Amino acid sequence: MSKTNLHLPLWEVFIRSKRGLDHKHVGSLHAADAEQAMQYARDTYTRRSEGCSIWLVRSADIHASQAEDSASFFDPADDKVYRHPTFYDIPEDLKI
Amino acid sequence: MNRPALFEYTLRLGDDALINGQRLSEWCGHGPFLEEDIGVANTALDLIGRARLLLTYAGEVEGKGRDEDQLAFTRDEREWRNALITELPRGDFGFTTVRQFLLDAFNQQLYDRLRLSTDATLAGVAGRAAKECDYHLRHTSEWVLRLGDGTKESHDRAQRALDALWPYTAELFESDPVQEQMEAEGVAPSTASMQSAWLHTVEPVLRAAELQIPENTWPQTGGRQGMHSEHMGFLLAEMQFVQRAYPGQTW
Repeated sequence: MSKTNLHLPLWEVFIRSKRGLDHKHVGSLHAADAEQAMQYARDTYTRRSEGCSIWLVRSADIHASQAEDSASFFDPADDKVYRHPTFYDIPEDLKI
Repeated sequence: MNRPALFEYTLRLGDDALINGQRLSEWCGHGPFLEEDIGVANTALDLIGRARLLLTYAGEVEGKGRDEDQLAFTRDEREWRNALITELPRGDFGFTTVRQFLLDAFNQQLYDRLRLSTDATLAGVAGRAAKECDYHLRHTSEWVLRLGDGTKESHDRAQRALDALWPYTAELFESDPVQEQMEAEGVAPSTASMQSAWLHTVEPVLRAAELQIPENTWPQTGGRQGMHSEHMGFLLAEMQFVQRAYPGQTW
């Protein structure tokens, strides 16, 4: 296979597996535009009845958190227990 | 019901699908890029799946105990009834795409009408096939526009493909006693009505793609009578090799 992909933008594919559920990220693909990306998403990700709806996002439009931010973003101080909703009495009938 | 004519007609439908599918499958692993490789292979699978249903039914109609595999893998060249356009070598990606576009537009007209066939089995096969055809045509129409209205290189290749393929399209709308018999029984749609509808489908796309339909071409026909091009023998040799070498093998 040639390296023509280098010229085609990357798209992220989200599939909703059935009505009522949310779209889930399933993978990515290369395509020249949205229409072509939609056809390739169908061909690549929905041929075995995986879904009933496709969303596409240009990968370039996604803003991702950076690995070097992990410490300041995702490592909260564990001593602030009031951040966690653990001080409520949960009714016995409630199933969680 | 004229069973020999129905057998012949069903064989034509099945052979068109199988030979077209076989040619498309040659791209598997060789597509211009991964996504299109998967797209072409999916279309090939749709066509081969359709061929299985049609050849199985042809075997039943014939009543001589031949199943889909025997019809696919043990018939020699003169017994094949596919239109010549399906057996032409795959060429470059432009050739494959333009051929598929012309055939998808034809199949869309054919299977949409065949859903109303008086033959319940053919109408059933057509119900599923018509949905596939809509998708295939959408895919190849996009590509014809992209190639024809793309770079000079892609335009020239698409135009060369169209020039080479156009004379072969006449055969898709050919009429003969089998076709007339099937039309009279309401089994087959009329080729005349399909041809004008087909032109209405392909002309706007070709025009938008800045491709010229060649004029005054000589129709290339003969496939329905088993008179094939020199390419058919090579295709069959590859497709039938395993069954010829190990007759009756299954997996």
